[in-house]
Amino acid sequence: MKHIRTLIAKEWAEVFKNRIVIFTVSALPLLMALLPLGILLSTGGAMSMEGDVSDLPPSMLKACGAIAVGDCFQIFLLNQFLPLFMMMPLFIPIAIASYSIVGEKTTRSLEPLLATPITTEELLAGKALAAVIPAVLATWASFAVFLIGLPLVGASGPALLTALSPTWFAATFLVGPLVAVLAVIFALMVSSRVNDPRTAEQISGALVVPVLGLVFAQLAGVLVLNVPLMLTVAAGVAVIDVVLVFFGARLFQREVILTRWK
Amino acid sequence: MIDIHGLSKTFQGATRGAVVEAVSDLSLTVAQGEVFGFLGPNGAGKTTTVRMLCALIAPTRGTATVNGHALGRADQAIRRSVGILTETPGLYDRLSAEANLRLFAELYDVADPAAAVKRYLGLLGLWDRRQDPAGSFSKGMRQKLAIARALLHEPRVLFLDEPTSGLDPEAARLVRDFITELRGEGRTIFLTTHNLDEADRLCDRIGIFKTRLLAVDTPAALRRTLFGRQVVFHLARLDPAWVTAIGALPRVQEAHAAGEKLVVRLETPETTNPIIVRELIALGADIQFVGELRHSLEDIYLRFVNHDAGGQA
Repeated sequence: MKHIRTLIAKEWAEVFKNRIVIFTVSALPLLMALLPLGILLSTGGAMSMEGDVSDLPPSMLKACGAIAVGDCFQIFLLNQFLPLFMMMPLFIPIAIASYSIVGEKTTRSLEPLLATPITTEELLAGKALAAVIPAVLATWASFAVFLIGLPLVGASGPALLTALSPTWFAATFLVGPLVAVLAVIFALMVSSRVNDPRTAEQISGALVVPVLGLVFAQLAGVLVLNVPLMLTVAAGVAVIDVVLVFFGARLFQREVILTRWK
Repeated sequence: MIDIHGLSKTFQGATRGAVVEAVSDLSLTVAQGEVFGFLGPNGAGKTTTVRMLCALIAPTRGTATVNGHALGRADQAIRRSVGILTETPGLYDRLSAEANLRLFAELYDVADPAAAVKRYLGLLGLWDRRQDPAGSFSKGMRQKLAIARALLHEPRVLFLDEPTSGLDPEAARLVRDFITELRGEGRTIFLTTHNLDEADRLCDRIGIFKTRLLAVDTPAALRRTLFGRQVVFHLARLDPAWVTAIGALPRVQEAHAAGEKLVVRLETPETTNPIIVRELIALGADIQFVGELRHSLEDIYLRFVNHDAGGQA
């Protein structure tokens, strides 16, 4: 555990000197919190009026039940922002992990590191946690800013309750960290094959597609984000995490790193 | 201290099914406190050998013990007990010199990391620059920092891969002096270098390696094996008849002229030289200087490497 802590401290000391990483971890989550708040603020007047029921997908109306249509509109709009809090833990660690691994490759610092008594499991865990922890904390901080800002931009009571519902908490506190692990391991695997952090980021960024799928499915009324769906997504991501950790651990063997990572 | 038996390593080649043999059947013993020079051309398998001995990659065949720990069975113990200076310093450029060393002191579980870092930064003259990022260091300073990193955990065996490569003469000399100091402390040093003069000066024994071990011995013994012991008599004038006369003396293996110099191959110059000197004076020669002809390590190295290339062609 001491080695993992040491490695995490080193990773943070190094990657947080990179401006792109600092922007990705600090400014972007803040922007992601302020953007939906701004939209809610700008549409606040419209939301207070009774909207046209036909504007909402039937599945949404069914989910709203007896809630006033205006509130249901606001909840519908709010739900479009939920995937943001699943997307954030995806792209933040990709930026960190890409710079961390590719940086080690370009400076050829991996060999001295591998020559120490650190185990390959500790190395993988240290690298992964150094990327996952800031991503998850930044997402949670962003979510906190979002929650604090909701009443200030005129969110209705039902809308506030929606943001505080188990669905949102499951997405932010369960799916988010699992997505972060997936993103990190995938980024580490991609980084082992490329020599430019931006290329690693771009390739790893493909992971955002399934999350965007959720956004569009919700907009089209095919899906309503709820607790069972979140638990299903969490279970699916957890399985992928296990598989990726298995392959990632094989990729993180000393000999593979020294002889095949170019 | 290092005991190697039949160590081999093969890698998959670029084409499917092809196998490249990087190290073939290496057997070698390096004693405690010895500076062993491991010489060979680029791509000879030197780095692969060092990586195997540092438990970074696994051998395909063979066994080795390093510091009494068996390769493959006690790899963590090997890593804990050896220090390695890799071909490139591999420093974290954004971190300070102190942070670079502190990281490794902690990964090696050094009891008092701060004290170890201070000691080696001081020893290598980097203490005043400890807060500067490693990326701002000159090549020589980076190499010194990498050497400090390899020593933090006080390893008894050190693997130094091209320690003076790319350094200016002053920095190279500093590193060489430091290696001599380390030998004085009884550490075993496995030195990989292309600098044959450096190997000649620093190493107790050398191994000439090109996928397999071509020769291993002290530089002096290798010279004797290849060239015998030769003495040069610098004369004011050389009469060809003198060459025949000297060549006919007992215990003189061979004599030949090289300009105005007489080159004589002897088994024991210490006892035969005075006889030759007396004989030359008797023949009327004016002797200006007498000295032992010392072939450079480069001559020895090239003889073995080229002979091997010729044999394989």
